[in-house]
Amino acid sequence: MKQIDLVIIGGGPAGMSAALAAYEQGVTNLLILERDSRLGGILRQCIHNGFGLHRFGEELTGPEYAWRYEEKVLEKKIPYLLDTMVLDISPEKVITATNTSLGVFQIQAKAVILAMGCRERPAGALALAGDRPSGIFSAGTAQKYVNMKSYLPGKNVVILGSGDIGLIMARRMTLEGAKVHAVCELMPYSGGLARNIEQCLNDFGIPLKLSHTVVKIHGKGRLEGVTIAKVDENRRPIPESFEYIPCDTLLLSVGLIPENELSKTAQVELSPITNGATVDQNRQTSTEGIFACGNVLHVHDLVDYVSEEAEIAGNAAAAYLRGALQSNLHIPLSTDGKIRYTVPQTITEEKEITVYFRVSDIFRNATVKVLDGDRVIYSRKKQKVAPGEMESILLKPVQFAGAKALKFTLEVE
Amino acid sequence: MNHPYDIAIIGGGVVGGMIARTLSAYQFRICILEKENDVARGASAANSSIVHAGFDAHEGSLKAELNVKGAEMMASVCRELGVKYQNNGSLVLGFDLADREALEALLRRGTTNGVKDLRLLEQEELRALEPNVAKDATCALYAPTAGIVCPYELTIASIGNAMDNGAELFTNFAVTGIEDLGDVFCISSESAKVSARYVINAAGLFADAIAAMVGDTSFTIHPRRGEYLLLDRECGGMVKQTLFRTPGKMGKGLLVTPTVDGNLLVGPTSVDQEDKTDKSTTPEGLSLIRAKSAENAEGVPFGKTITSFCGLRAVGSTGDFIINLPRERFVNVAGIESPGLSSSPAIAEYVVELLKDAGLEFRTNPAFDPIRPATHAFREGSIEEKNAMIQKDPAYGRILCRCEGVSEGEILAAIRQNPRPRDLDGVKRRTRAQMGRCQGGFCSPYIVELLAKENGVPFESVTKFGGGSIINFGKTKEEA
Repeated sequence: MKQIDLVIIGGGPAGMSAALAAYEQGVTNLLILERDSRLGGILRQCIHNGFGLHRFGEELTGPEYAWRYEEKVLEKKIPYLLDTMVLDISPEKVITATNTSLGVFQIQAKAVILAMGCRERPAGALALAGDRPSGIFSAGTAQKYVNMKSYLPGKNVVILGSGDIGLIMARRMTLEGAKVHAVCELMPYSGGLARNIEQCLNDFGIPLKLSHTVVKIHGKGRLEGVTIAKVDENRRPIPESFEYIPCDTLLLSVGLIPENELSKTAQVELSPITNGATVDQNRQTSTEGIFACGNVLHVHDLVDYVSEEAEIAGNAAAAYLRGALQSNLHIPLSTDGKIRYTVPQTITEEKEITVYFRVSDIFRNATVKVLDGDRVIYSRKKQKVAPGEMESILLKPVQFAGAKALKFTLEVE
Repeated sequence: MNHPYDIAIIGGGVVGGMIARTLSAYQFRICILEKENDVARGASAANSSIVHAGFDAHEGSLKAELNVKGAEMMASVCRELGVKYQNNGSLVLGFDLADREALEALLRRGTTNGVKDLRLLEQEELRALEPNVAKDATCALYAPTAGIVCPYELTIASIGNAMDNGAELFTNFAVTGIEDLGDVFCISSESAKVSARYVINAAGLFADAIAAMVGDTSFTIHPRRGEYLLLDRECGGMVKQTLFRTPGKMGKGLLVTPTVDGNLLVGPTSVDQEDKTDKSTTPEGLSLIRAKSAENAEGVPFGKTITSFCGLRAVGSTGDFIINLPRERFVNVAGIESPGLSSSPAIAEYVVELLKDAGLEFRTNPAFDPIRPATHAFREGSIEEKNAMIQKDPAYGRILCRCEGVSEGEILAAIRQNPRPRDLDGVKRRTRAQMGRCQGGFCSPYIVELLAKENGVPFESVTKFGGGSIINFGKTKEEA
């Protein structure tokens, strides 16, 4: 069996960034395995701009952002295999993969970085009532048809869910000549970025219908229309509000799910909240030597943070391979529910650490507090926090020294 | 009109398919007329996928006879056709004294019908056999001979095998008229005609309309809807047996069962309706399934639902299967509701006997090959077997459907095999690509490409299931 020090599963922004970081730290026996026919991951089809503001101080398109990393991967001659699907990762880090030239092959890795990204929640999972016509797509699938295949999957469009891909596709379909009649969002707020609501909906006069959902699908061949409804505070449709909208296309942007099938084969412990691995500040999972970063770990709002996180994982994997990974603490991080989750979920090293988190609702004038028992070790006031935007705080070792556990809370006035 | 067929079978469901396959073992020119873009689009696409043991149907009925016989034949038929079949057994759960009495009656009936090894289980044994069974279930009728099979896989394989042995398939052939010309029937659709000496009416929900075309109005068929929820493959292992409740007036009630592909299937509801084309799901139906499943199994994880669907049972007006010759050279195979799937191999043999009695001469087809290679062979192979395939055809090394792990090679093989699929759903039912947790989100654009290329049609003309179910409207405006 081939022996490789570090195998990175996925050649998207997380995988490339992690590989480059590890390489910079001296790991030269490494390999990226990518299932698509090019590096870049989902960024390849994200041809809109807005990527890289934090990272590069400029607005790039998805492919441009990806190229910044791909170029370096090529320059450093970091090995990668394309069109290669990983089928299994054992807890002992034996990777089974397949492609057309090597067939089904196995690699014994010393360290693994999981960077498989996420997938969209499909229509079927919603168990929508009504017919089963064609013309119902997840927003990303429609994006693939339009941006990668140059085909138009719809002319009269309703979008369910106001996740970022849904918002982006509202604008994209409009620019391609389609009429987007409405974006319906079940929640009383959008899960997308504020700037996307402004630039993709408001700028084009597309109505965002908050607290609305699709209750029925109509059409026996192609989609002919949807019935939408306002929902009450328990998210139940209000019968008097039913409204029929004729349309040939329903796009869904109803959530992203980290793709952790392989993490399960590797017996990595998963968080029921993020649907990703539980990790420490090095992004090391419950299985020693297996790291995770990017959207497979938790869904990010900006790719800039994906790159940042992947570098942490890449550096840590390099340290692990050198035998230099410290782990002399065990401080679990918990949340109060208003804060949904943190990444990482444990601190194992006395080092400055950025903790990322997301909140469960829109809160105004809220105070983020980190508690060690009754002791407040961190407190900061926020004018507004929203589920769509990831937050982060910096903790210094002096703040958590001696703590047994930390609780992340949000106090609302 | 061209040289007439010996036998035309109207309906490409599991009944028509099994009949076609059985008849293709003899020297007949056979055609199958299917109104949809593909076979297995009616009740055979959406049912409970159960091979019933045979204790439900009344003693002496055709249903009872053919169910028990069909269930006995199923394992070997599936082996020949390369179709997945599992003899997982079934449990009918009882909760009170009335249920127990009903189960005892079913046990007696089943034994009369010829069902083997039926017995009543008490709570402790039931729990041991099926740990996630509903806590309040106090007893159960255990039928170890019951099984599960994929109904559309069985239909596709039987029609494919019939075609490999010479039968012809006409899709998009909705029969609009049948004329008896004395020695042959002329069967018309809106755009085509075929003639055949014998006609077999296996038209499912529309069998009454087809029979009426030759003057037989002795029965009617009405649709009874059944809605289902299908859960992720992670959940299939939560039960081993198929779990039923003690039956009521409207049928066998809700069931919870693993499928041969490892999913968990929960349903069906049972509601009579008028419209034979309305297969929409309803909020009421889906909530009923969620609420009622607890009477079968504890803690069905509905959060792992990957899709929901509705099938229509073809309920006949006589209460039993309607298999007869209302006139010379015309055979009805109608009212094939549950246990139709289980009975289908036996129905085909029964039809052979009817035709023999009616004077049709049967001569063995010496070239008949009962074997159809299993389409799932690749995914179940060892690493060495897979590599041998990939070396021969590298497309087997490229995985297109990541959720179900289906390679381009398998998809191409399915597109090239009888009966050739022309739409996305056809590929889905043959390969499982698009059937996993992302429901085709990633792979469907690639499959559209393969279908277009293999069938020599433009990308935008590929549909989801034929007719008006187009996927793309053409090129984007920049390239128009």
